[in-house]
Amino acid sequence: MAQGIWFVAEQRDGALRKVSFEVASAARRLADGMGATTAGILLGAGVAGEAPRLGAYGADKVFVCEHDALKNYTTDAYAGVIAGLVKEHKPAILLFSASTEGKDLSSRLAARFNVGLAMDCIQYWLTDDKKLAAKRPIYAGKAMMDLVPLGEPQMATGRPNVMGLIPPDENKKPEVVAVPFSLDPASLKTKVVDLIKDTTGRIELTEADIIVSGGRGMKGPENYTILEEMAAVLKAAVGASRSAVDAGWRPHTDQVGQTGKVVSPNLYIACGISGAIQHLAGMSSSKVIVAVNKDAEAPIFQKADYGIVADLFEAVPIMTREFKKILQS
Amino acid sequence: MEIVVCLKQVPDTETQIKIAASSKAIEGGDIKWVMNPYDEYGVEEALRLKEKFKGTVTVVSLGPDRTVESLRTALAMGADKAVHITADSTELDPLATAELLAAAIKGLPHDVIFCGQRAVDLDQAQVGAALAEKLGIPHVALVTKLEVAADASKATANRPVEGQTLVIEASLPALFTAQKGLNEPRYASLPGIMKAKRKPMDKKDAAALGVTVTSMREILKLTPPPSRPPGKIVGGESVEEKAVALVRLLHEEAKAV
Repeated sequence: MAQGIWFVAEQRDGALRKVSFEVASAARRLADGMGATTAGILLGAGVAGEAPRLGAYGADKVFVCEHDALKNYTTDAYAGVIAGLVKEHKPAILLFSASTEGKDLSSRLAARFNVGLAMDCIQYWLTDDKKLAAKRPIYAGKAMMDLVPLGEPQMATGRPNVMGLIPPDENKKPEVVAVPFSLDPASLKTKVVDLIKDTTGRIELTEADIIVSGGRGMKGPENYTILEEMAAVLKAAVGASRSAVDAGWRPHTDQVGQTGKVVSPNLYIACGISGAIQHLAGMSSSKVIVAVNKDAEAPIFQKADYGIVADLFEAVPIMTREFKKILQS
Repeated sequence: MEIVVCLKQVPDTETQIKIAASSKAIEGGDIKWVMNPYDEYGVEEALRLKEKFKGTVTVVSLGPDRTVESLRTALAMGADKAVHITADSTELDPLATAELLAAAIKGLPHDVIFCGQRAVDLDQAQVGAALAEKLGIPHVALVTKLEVAADASKATANRPVEGQTLVIEASLPALFTAQKGLNEPRYASLPGIMKAKRKPMDKKDAAALGVTVTSMREILKLTPPPSRPPGKIVGGESVEEKAVALVRLLHEEAKAV
């Protein structure tokens, strides 16, 4: 019988990413609810030393597979290794982060196993018969779907930054199991031929704790420097509305909304964003929403927890100065 | 070069979503249906490949009768022929969708397949990868740049992920999921719209494709998003006062900074 709750950890340049601890924590909470054990899967090259760190977030066991072909993520190689492990050990539940990697890998594996997959979930719970159930936003958050993914293993991905971490227990050490790499590298149909690092030190929107975002009210690309200054103080990511992106002021990767990125930071500061429905859909699951807009009638104020009716070009530098004071004290 | 583009018809992003009385679906009444925005990038990229290498662009969609409108839009943009898989797409899970698309595409020559990176309705982002799996071909998701070898042996794709861009080489046939940044989709021209009316539209259902549709997802219910408590407009005599008060509230009350 299928048993155990498994999760797939993620690494970048050999170091675990924060989403790995989130997915380990989610697995632990479910396992505690059904008296099960948890196991993580960690793939990469030179990553074995990272495996014990997953113990602090509840992993009882970590399967580690190391090979040069696993250094950077490719769907082929990662799906091949994980499919082998899952077929051998038959976990009941298999969890991923809803990062770009987790979404990609889980989709391919669910199709290989012919099982259901609950994508980009914001909450997990167990049904009366101890099955995984999940809540996920649909229509970019204009509605929610509660569902049970069917089949074995039950599969789901959790939105980064939403479900949180369990209190770490630094004394807990997982059993680390080395898994041989059994794929023929020549059989792989995709390979990473180059890797372009983002050297600007920008924080990824989907994983940011704080986002400072600007819309049409910014009036031009040169004015984003005031948002970047605020973002630097807050260690925040900078986002943009669709109209700002379509005007060519900001790169498309910065777009927040139904046709851009759907984000859930702790704090979302919308500056000069009127609040078109497709933008609101992409950020309304933020914990605290702040609006700075000189139009008191702007729809963004309907969604905001705090707002000021003010010219952003006056207000933003003052806010930056005040944030700096607080963070330095 | 033989190119296939999968597309889905979705509610326009300005649509207000209302949940049906059954609580298992949304109300379909006054929705304006459009081609999924991410699929437009796939159609555009396919047309550019055809312009460069010659060949055929086939668009495939799955859904009720209204889906034909989105297929016609793609034909008007310049695609050569369409396959309409008749089904109520709102009831199909991603796996069943992938099975049906795979069954239809197996019978078509294909070097390159495009899907949108996700449909902006259920946001599941699964069908592209699942379809590639069912066809036994590689896929690269979230592509912003694509270079295809003239002999259709391989392609190189840029895939931006958190904090970096992976440049991935895939052997063809392969599937790519398109996203914003890949290109700027063209509008259909008037002559294009006229021509589209005479282009072939093949209709098939699940039985004709030999697929038994099942679902690997049990929907418990749909609900509106949790309502937010009414917000506070922070007042003050001057912008200085308002901004200072706002920051204090964010620190002391919301504890967000």
